[in-house]
Amino acid sequence: MTALLETIGLQKAFGAVIAAGDISIAVERGQKLGLIGNNGAGKTTFINIVTGHLKPDAGHVMLDGKDITGRAPRQVRRDGVSRSFQIPQLFTSLTLDQNLLLALAILRDQGMSSWQPARSDLGIAELDDLLGRFRLREYREQTIAVLPGGVRKLVDVAMAVTCRPKLLLLDEPTSGVAAEEKFPLMDVIMRAVEGTDTTVLFVEHDMDIVGRYADRVLAFYAGRIIADGAPGAVLSNEEVQRYVTGGAA
Amino acid sequence: MPGIIGTLAAAVIAFAVLAVAGDAMPNWLVLVATLAFAKGLVALGIVALMRGGLVSFGQGTFYCAGAYAAGLAMRSFGIGDAAVLVALGAIAGLILGAIIAPLLAGYRGIFFATLTLALSMIVYGILNKTYSLGGSDGLNLHAPRFFGYQPAGSRNASYALFLFTSLVTVIAAALCRIHFDSVRGLLSHATRDNEIRVEYLGASVRWVNGINFVIAAALGGVGGALSALSLGHIDPDFAFWTTSGEFVFLAILSGYMSVAAVFGAAILLELVRSFSSQYFPNTWQGALGVFLLLIILFLPEGLGSLPLRLRPSGAKSARAPIEKFK
Repeated sequence: MTALLETIGLQKAFGAVIAAGDISIAVERGQKLGLIGNNGAGKTTFINIVTGHLKPDAGHVMLDGKDITGRAPRQVRRDGVSRSFQIPQLFTSLTLDQNLLLALAILRDQGMSSWQPARSDLGIAELDDLLGRFRLREYREQTIAVLPGGVRKLVDVAMAVTCRPKLLLLDEPTSGVAAEEKFPLMDVIMRAVEGTDTTVLFVEHDMDIVGRYADRVLAFYAGRIIADGAPGAVLSNEEVQRYVTGGAA
Repeated sequence: MPGIIGTLAAAVIAFAVLAVAGDAMPNWLVLVATLAFAKGLVALGIVALMRGGLVSFGQGTFYCAGAYAAGLAMRSFGIGDAAVLVALGAIAGLILGAIIAPLLAGYRGIFFATLTLALSMIVYGILNKTYSLGGSDGLNLHAPRFFGYQPAGSRNASYALFLFTSLVTVIAAALCRIHFDSVRGLLSHATRDNEIRVEYLGASVRWVNGINFVIAAALGGVGGALSALSLGHIDPDFAFWTTSGEFVFLAILSGYMSVAAVFGAAILLELVRSFSSQYFPNTWQGALGVFLLLIILFLPEGLGSLPLRLRPSGAKSARAPIEKFK
């Protein structure tokens, strides 16, 4: 069976800094992958290459057997790849409702309509479903700028999930969220993609989160993958403990 | 689509009110209002751009293109009907905008503003030296017909042009309101907030900005043609940077929230200018400057934000109880 995502020899350098040094992985459909590594290890660069934000110096990104290397983010999104960001990327002067309605409208290819009112019956049911899945109903009329960080994180993920992606990449979904909110937030995110065959890759620094939500872990160090396997095996790996977790596992 | 029907109904009512008011107004005010609406249309184009986060300092380019298209059609081809002349002005602006839009769609902020300004000054320079188009003296136009009707007398001609300008204005205003409230309108607003997310949702920021630019150019062409008919004269100053600056001034004065505010601001500005130049002939530009300063200080989002400011704030404080995730 063809892997959903396959990267072949991805390389990317920023001057003397090697952010991706020959990254080759294959990810099966439906997997939940945790990406771990110190700052600068190459995790976000990997996500940026897969989603088209960065072009690799060498190598290929294959999605469902199709080469998507170097395609623009909007094209990659249309291929079925979606992402959230470490710092939520939202439309801060719009309300939560408007953010999600817009995402739904673009999904239906209505982004170019100058006639269809933004707030119409179309998409209301889907919007309501999204708000319910992400438990965001009480904030729906509020402007994004006034929402707290944890809620913004959820909206950011909800925007990414809206397009029913084959591959969802979450860049540090719990960063900036209070410690006691991290697990509940991850529960909401994982429940939202439950029952779909969405493959999830998430970057995470909290090893407890990785241990609970990932069924496979990739450990990055200096632009390379130093360990790849089940969470228990990777987190107890000697190199991972030395370079990534500092013995936290 | 109650929103669209409501907007169209408001446009019909606005036109009826303007028609009645215009008949009752003194001739000088009819002339001021006609010119104000024509300039307001150009400013409305800048508002469309501002909603996407861009400000053009070169709308004089399209204003000028529309005016010269109408003028040349009248002088060279004997076309005298205002509807045809204004349509030609719109087409001239639209075509020029469609040519320039792809070149500017990748620029933002001061780079976009400066490039548009530079283009308008190139047009100004070329027109000054193109003697077949009248050079720096420009061209004179005669009074137009209106759907075959040629008004007799100065007052009738002024009122007919005012009625026609009002009709074009309410149509353009209604279409812009519908556009601003549409999915694409919201996408423009979103682009102003966060281009990265727009791209990651699958839409093209270049395309959004490009379309806004073409809309602004077409409105500029319409405004230019109407101004040419109103003034009866065209010259290269239509493309001069101070003319473009005046449109930006208008857009800032009105803000980007309300379409009606653009035309309210245009009339207010023309009145301030008329009275200032009459009573303070040597310092009226200073009076305009003070006026703009007061607007920026006390209404930074323009006259269009006044209704929102007057509305009592019902915003709830946003707190996320941890329990909500459980």
